[in-house]
Amino acid sequence: MDLLQQYGPALLRGFGYTILCWALGTVFAMALGLVIALSRHYGPRWLGWILQIYIEVIRGTPFLVQLFVLYYGGPLIGLRLDALPAGLLGLTLYGSPYFAEIFRAGFRAVPLGQLEAARAIGMTEPAIVRRILLPLSMVSALPALVNFSIILTKETVILSIITVPELMYQVSRMSAETFRFVEANLVLALFFWGLVEAISRLGRRFESRVTKHLIERT
Amino acid sequence: MQASAVEIQKVNKHFGPFHALKDVDLSIPPGRVTCLIGPSGSGKSTLLRCINFLEPYDSGEIRIDGRLMGYDAPGRKMGGRALREMRRSIGMVFQQFNLWPHMTARENVAEGLIRVRGMSRADAATRAAAALAKVGLADKMDNHPSRLSGGQQQRVAIARAIAMEPRLMLFDEPTSALDPELVGEVLSVMKTLASEGMTMVVVTHEMGFAAHVADRVAFMERGELVAADTPAAILHQPQDPRIQSFLRTYHERNSF
Repeated sequence: MDLLQQYGPALLRGFGYTILCWALGTVFAMALGLVIALSRHYGPRWLGWILQIYIEVIRGTPFLVQLFVLYYGGPLIGLRLDALPAGLLGLTLYGSPYFAEIFRAGFRAVPLGQLEAARAIGMTEPAIVRRILLPLSMVSALPALVNFSIILTKETVILSIITVPELMYQVSRMSAETFRFVEANLVLALFFWGLVEAISRLGRRFESRVTKHLIERT
Repeated sequence: MQASAVEIQKVNKHFGPFHALKDVDLSIPPGRVTCLIGPSGSGKSTLLRCINFLEPYDSGEIRIDGRLMGYDAPGRKMGGRALREMRRSIGMVFQQFNLWPHMTARENVAEGLIRVRGMSRADAATRAAAALAKVGLADKMDNHPSRLSGGQQQRVAIARAIAMEPRLMLFDEPTSALDPELVGEVLSVMKTLASEGMTMVVVTHEMGFAAHVADRVAFMERGELVAADTPAAILHQPQDPRIQSFLRTYHERNSF
């Protein structure tokens, strides 16, 4: 009980940071992933190759390493960031190729005819993307988007190593100061479980709304 | 003689090594129905899709109301804006309907009016309702495509095209994906459209429609336009042995 009184506020604050990092990181990574997917879809071939290399490099290296390079290597090329912005940038860069691939798969699943129908009446490509391509790609992409967002919740713990004061950081401090490793990590697990449960519920509700008329039910 | 609505001259199209259209010449008269018939794989759909440049042709000319489609000059494709502007006056109806499943029937029809014609939502909704009423679907306006039969979906697709007030309508096998008992409702909407003087090009396997509604019938085989004439000349007194053999197969398949 004393323990909770002493560390409760810090843990809650840490959880707040965790949610903040996850939410912003997911939104930014998804946005960048969408830009990458659209650039590969519509852009010139050389841009596609560059983005392909970017995707391979990020997906081929551990997040931990990327974060170290960004935070400790960044200053060598004049990129000096505080822990939180560095962490958010790291999450964005790390998540974007996965989101890009999910969007790409979603685009491919949209029947060509529905895009041709839009072109045939003279819609502009940006309007087609916004009104037809993106909504229809969600049928196949949405479950994967939710899934990867859930994976990202747990990647936020890695931000603790560059001193972002999120939950893992607070839990490590608590266990180092009190040697109550089990309790501290139990708290961590419970918090994450709750967060993931909430996200997946939201995701399912969103999914059924978005795909209401898109999936043939027999 | 009135100028053609669509003038096709020496059009060629290749898909890799496959020569899909071979020096095709065809005039589409305005205010009339032209049916394209022929065996599958003969290039009918490809030719139709070249007219609105969904399929870019390699050489030759397609002129719509005198204006070259798809190219500024031979070999130089026109910009997106010019292409969209030309497509605005050409309606297209597809074999697979291609309605947007996340929108209601009315939203499907209104989308082009809002995005392409720049109409307000309210005006577009009114116009969409009128177009749907015209194809007999006033009571299905708020249904999504998944709640409509194939015939109803295809009629929504026709409404989507005519709401844009096109000068030319292209139909790509509009009844081929329909159950036989639903074909009639789609054909009757097309007949009404024809009787109002719409210029129509119809790729079809419905010989009955070609015989009774078309003003001209063009027969294609292996990428060549074999003959274009009145329905009677093509369907009842065909001179070319390729047409005779096609019709023989058709009659054999449809007799019982």
